[in-house]
Amino acid sequence: MDKTTSNQVAKLDAEGLSLKSVSLWQTTWRRFFRRKSALVGLVMLGILVFVALTAEIIAPYDPLEVLIGKEPVKMRQAPCIHLLGCPADQPQHIMGVDGNVRDQFSRLLYGARLSLMIGFSTVTFAIVIGTVLGAVAGYFGGWVDNVIMRVMDVLLAFPELLLAIAIVSVLGPGLINALLAIGIVSIPAYARVVRASVLSVREMDYVSATRALGGDNFRILFNRILPNALTPLIVRGTLGIAGAIIDAAALSFLGLGAQPPTPEWGSMLGAERNQVFTAPHLVFYPGFAIMFTVLSFNLLGDGLRDALDPRLAHVSK
Amino acid sequence: MTTYILRRIFSSLPVLFGILFATFALARLIPGDPCRAILGEKATHQACEIFIHEHGLDKPILHQFVIYVGEVARGDFGVSFRFSKPVAELIIERLPTTIELGLSALFLSVIVGIPLGVISAIRHNSWIDVLTMVWANIGVSMPVFWLGLMLAYVFALLLKDTPFWLPPSGRLTAGIVAVPFTTVWGVQVPETGFGRNLVDFITRMNVLNAILSANWKLLGDAIKHLILPSLALSTIPMAIIARMARSSMLEVLGQDYVRTARAKGLPYFKVVTKHAFRNALLPLVTVIGLSLGGLMGGAVLTETIFGLSGIGRMMYDSITARDYGIVQAFTVVIAIVFVFLNLIVDISYAYLDPRIRLE
Repeated sequence: MDKTTSNQVAKLDAEGLSLKSVSLWQTTWRRFFRRKSALVGLVMLGILVFVALTAEIIAPYDPLEVLIGKEPVKMRQAPCIHLLGCPADQPQHIMGVDGNVRDQFSRLLYGARLSLMIGFSTVTFAIVIGTVLGAVAGYFGGWVDNVIMRVMDVLLAFPELLLAIAIVSVLGPGLINALLAIGIVSIPAYARVVRASVLSVREMDYVSATRALGGDNFRILFNRILPNALTPLIVRGTLGIAGAIIDAAALSFLGLGAQPPTPEWGSMLGAERNQVFTAPHLVFYPGFAIMFTVLSFNLLGDGLRDALDPRLAHVSK
Repeated sequence: MTTYILRRIFSSLPVLFGILFATFALARLIPGDPCRAILGEKATHQACEIFIHEHGLDKPILHQFVIYVGEVARGDFGVSFRFSKPVAELIIERLPTTIELGLSALFLSVIVGIPLGVISAIRHNSWIDVLTMVWANIGVSMPVFWLGLMLAYVFALLLKDTPFWLPPSGRLTAGIVAVPFTTVWGVQVPETGFGRNLVDFITRMNVLNAILSANWKLLGDAIKHLILPSLALSTIPMAIIARMARSSMLEVLGQDYVRTARAKGLPYFKVVTKHAFRNALLPLVTVIGLSLGGLMGGAVLTETIFGLSGIGRMMYDSITARDYGIVQAFTVVIAIVFVFLNLIVDISYAYLDPRIRLE
């Protein structure tokens, strides 16, 4: 390329009339990174993932280790940070010690792992089942559609948390059952999203073309139709993880989810809730951790929505 | 309009039926003996036989479902083994507390959320807009139970001995008695029957009772106890409403008719209130309707934390006591209430937007 043309290209670039082709993903990324809040969400999630992956290395104690007789610490002792003037002869517990004399900070770090796992597993479960139901309902229509969507309506008729409580009360308390309950409760949202995208492209020419070329239903559905549902699913799924984490924490808080001694934030908070006046640090930190995690997914989800769906971009820029 | 309402009521019948079927199925899925799940683990063999016969549990499953639907329609949810009282009576006893809490939380979230959203839309990208959105993002991410406990810590402990002190639990200060408004009025109410139930129901809503009986001391105390729980419960809907109000106002403010109204010289305030806000209201009604479900879920957590004896607290206590009969009954009742509320939302939507009822 000689000098004049490259100058011209630079000039066109400056005027926003680039000659270079830009892929969809590139524009998406660019739009995503333009939003400060989305970036903040990404960084926060990065911190969480890092903590979850390296919990064994960062955590100063075993999260389940009871320190009675091992260290001169009292039950529910307030945080002791050497840098902030805590005497050096005392063992350092930067978030204090809980009601069973365990290091709160270590438990919190391991909790990150559990919370991320909870968020991803429930949403994956709900997306897989919701996609199958929504795709079948939208693609085949008729009575199949009617039956599936009426069942979804019934599920949506219950307030989310209450239905989850009712399901766990049948299945019995426990982390796995709580995850299953939250997964079931979140299915309708994904089924609706997928059904709507299937309906919007079902009659398009390229779908008919595939059918004319001899593609079977399975191929049409998975290769031609479902990729259209990917964008709304990613957005809903990211926001859904936030909802799932907060609901799972609520169930654990009520004693229906993770059982002690599992270092789960909701159950840590629930166990110490009556001590909020005497040991506020035991309530503050787990709750803050929940908020931090939920906030990161909410910010990320909002950013992805604006980046992937340009129709909305002008509204909430 | 009438046709629309009738059609809408008719279309919610299958959902109601589905709810009944779902709760029926859930109750039958409880592992083990349904009798001991409802009457408690210490129920005797005879008691169980009587129970099974009374509730038709020895009949075919479809027949059982018919019996169940009949029971729910009559408001018969069985007897709680822990309270030796009909579950329906327990619900009526405790519902006023929850309604009072829910309504005040909704009130708070609407009167704060909508103005904040509208102002941030008008002052788009100003510091107030940025602040509102940051706060709204944090608000929707906060667990209700954590916020409630932290509020209790700040207002009941840190602000102790200041005028900002607020009680962390209960509905009234010990010593303050809620006299039924009918007694104050000098009206005789029969001991039983619908009139009595209605009076009791209203009396249990302390704020309403205090206003009706002009007891300002009671009113002040009741409101003081209501502030923290409603604040905790209202945060999430408040944030959602503020966000929705902002985005729907932004969309409407960009419309041509708003520009026309401005161009013909109408004062900006009038354009915002008359031309923009009314049209931005529609999505807001939906969001408010949807947040009612969240309020009911949140009530379980809020009442548990603030020691309020509403149905949410009752639900929590029943979970811990493994009194699953009550949990099931409450789930049905709340789901039915939720369907009913959604119906009202849809109807008001049609009222606000004529296009919907003509569709």
